[in-house]
Amino acid sequence: MTNPYYAKTDIGPPNFWNMLPQVIKDNYGNWLYHEKVKPGVLKHVGETGDELFTVRVGSPRLLSIETLRWFADIADKYCDGHLRFTSRHNVEFLLADGTKVDALVDELEAAGWPVGGTGKSLKNLIHTQGWIHCHSAATDASGTVKAVMDDLYDYFKKDDLPAKLKISMACCLNMCGAVHCSDIAFVGVHRKIPTIDDNGVANGCEIPNVVASCPTGAIRPNPKAKSVTINEEKCMYCGNCYSVCPSLSIMDPENDGIAIFVGGKVSNTRKGPEFSKLVIPFIPNEPPRWDSLVAAIRNLVEIWVKNAKKGERYGEWIERIGWEKFFEVANLPFTDKHIDDFTFSVPTFRTTTQFKFTDKK
Amino acid sequence: MTEKKRPLLDELKKGKWPSFVTEMEKSAETKPVVNSLLNLLERSFEEKRVHWKHGGIVGVRGYGGGVIGRYCDLPEEYPEIAEFHTIRVNQPSGWFYDSKAIRTLCDVWEKHGSGLTNMHGATGDAILLGTTTPHLQDCFNDLSDAGFDLGGSGSNLRTPSACCGPARCEYACFDTLDLCHNITNSYQDELHRPMWPYKFKIKISGCPNDCTSSIARADLSIIGTWRDSIRVNQEAVAEYVDNGLPIKSAVLDYCPTKCISFDKEKKEMNIDNENCTRCMHCISVMPKALRVGKEKGATLLLGGKATIVQSAFLSWVIKPFIKLDKEDNYAELKEIMEKIWEWWDENAKVRERVGELIYRKGMGEFLKATDLEPVPQMVHHPRTNPYFFWYPEDFAAEKEAKDANKEVAGSEVSE
Repeated sequence: MTNPYYAKTDIGPPNFWNMLPQVIKDNYGNWLYHEKVKPGVLKHVGETGDELFTVRVGSPRLLSIETLRWFADIADKYCDGHLRFTSRHNVEFLLADGTKVDALVDELEAAGWPVGGTGKSLKNLIHTQGWIHCHSAATDASGTVKAVMDDLYDYFKKDDLPAKLKISMACCLNMCGAVHCSDIAFVGVHRKIPTIDDNGVANGCEIPNVVASCPTGAIRPNPKAKSVTINEEKCMYCGNCYSVCPSLSIMDPENDGIAIFVGGKVSNTRKGPEFSKLVIPFIPNEPPRWDSLVAAIRNLVEIWVKNAKKGERYGEWIERIGWEKFFEVANLPFTDKHIDDFTFSVPTFRTTTQFKFTDKK
Repeated sequence: MTEKKRPLLDELKKGKWPSFVTEMEKSAETKPVVNSLLNLLERSFEEKRVHWKHGGIVGVRGYGGGVIGRYCDLPEEYPEIAEFHTIRVNQPSGWFYDSKAIRTLCDVWEKHGSGLTNMHGATGDAILLGTTTPHLQDCFNDLSDAGFDLGGSGSNLRTPSACCGPARCEYACFDTLDLCHNITNSYQDELHRPMWPYKFKIKISGCPNDCTSSIARADLSIIGTWRDSIRVNQEAVAEYVDNGLPIKSAVLDYCPTKCISFDKEKKEMNIDNENCTRCMHCISVMPKALRVGKEKGATLLLGGKATIVQSAFLSWVIKPFIKLDKEDNYAELKEIMEKIWEWWDENAKVRERVGELIYRKGMGEFLKATDLEPVPQMVHHPRTNPYFFWYPEDFAAEKEAKDANKEVAGSEVSE
């Protein structure tokens, strides 16, 4: 049944050079500047005076080959067959002939592919697999992202936000992708300790690895059962033990949900990269449209749009006004969950008498 | 097959943002297996839980990575997707494609899998989502015949990725695409055959804007920078100002080191480049007027990772400036990378990322093992505690210095 032919290995990826349009080959490394044409459309100008237009469309990342073939057709029709993807799941059509841009944009939009996501806009939401294809997801990825992007659609299409806005999603604490350094990050979380299937652990798991996988030292060997025990007081529900041992299930449909972090960034612009910080410890899973999550994120976006100065990323705005003020402005409760009690907590405590009084506390 | 109703997923076909459910239904028209996947997903939406199990060990001949085994936990009810493995296909540098390459991928995946893809996964690979074990080798054969190779998975070098770099960006301080292609091809063995303590990710950004988010999510971040001065086109500066750019509030006030001044009368911008930390803000606001310097290279940072296990780390500086030279095949960078890998491979525990190993062992040991020189650019500030190690070689060096001094002193006396 299996083909006896074995392919050549270690050939590496196709050479990018063969994928580049002529205008890029001609101006490679010699671009002079770029400017915005309109939201979703960029113009790069080379030292030679050559122009390159980029039309960016948002995608849900999960794409059928039918759609990919259609993108290829569009690239043939307008771009001599050239396109690229971005690190945030956008598709970019690359063309030298600026007169074709409007027709290209119209055709993409007419087929339901939104052009946008450049400059001071909401960027496409990066996310993980979720319930479609992952074993450890505490919430769905594509579903939550679709609900949030439907609600914030206009912010993707326009570019008049205070600064760029990057929202990211991870469906468990493994955080595939850079969600922990985003303007707004929402993350699937578990809230109960794993259940232990002693037989499964005994037969299928390497106990020293399981013990070592726990960041809080909550797991101890249970020699009698050839299994492990979990100290309920120490477990912080990260699920790492489940990653190394399938018999420690952490799935809990009733109590799993989503936490929201804000104020992170990855670029070195102005201030260096920053982690996002916890603002909402828990929102329940509400498929199919996650109404509470969508409302919470809309509130977080709107208070930033209303209060930030021009040019201020989410975290820069909060740093200016102070976190104590942020919780007041956002009208969010501040709880014990917001104060770090993990490995590097102490440097996050306020060691000065300088703070603002707010009417909450 | 009877069509099942999927009222929950139908809700996600509504709204303006492109719908993944619609994408899946497009595939389902020719691939019945996707109908099963949709039905299982509807069930997940009803029950608020996943129905996938951990990956099993499946793969293609000669490789230990590139395929993620995936099994449904309800194989009797959903036999079509009892096995639904993922294939990671190494993307071309910068995610540039032509329509022929896209169609080739589609044709192979139509023949061997579900027709569903992710363009792309977080690490950078093109993801082919869902096939069965008997198809894996044939799919790889066809991919390889068409010029594609698999990406990394498991405890190996993960598929490196790069920003669009010199192909479409005036900020690029080196050839990100060439470097990514070169590294990927130079370390094919490390990429395809898991032999390390854990994963190792490399991300390459051409300038400090770091469009691959490398500091947040790569073990090794290679980020373009320059050592000399920002190039200023004063005519273009004046043009920005004449066109209404509020240069003080939009540019000067945001400069982190306040090293820019603006002469209102001459409409000239002056940058004290010695105090510039190359944050990119001014250049990003005024790309027509300001350009990165000419003496270009990269900063290397190491150790970035997400939360599990100890905490999330951002990569930190291990080499403030390195020339990335195509002509010598990036020899200096590769020497550093190989020393890092050797030390990590020898010292790390199972599933310990290089940043966690440095946290456990200390930067001192790391720097010695890799022959990297300690410099103040590596830290926000020096240590604040009086606990530090002294080594025999420190005392030997002291003694040597003392003896040399004595000799000098002695010779002075004898004169």
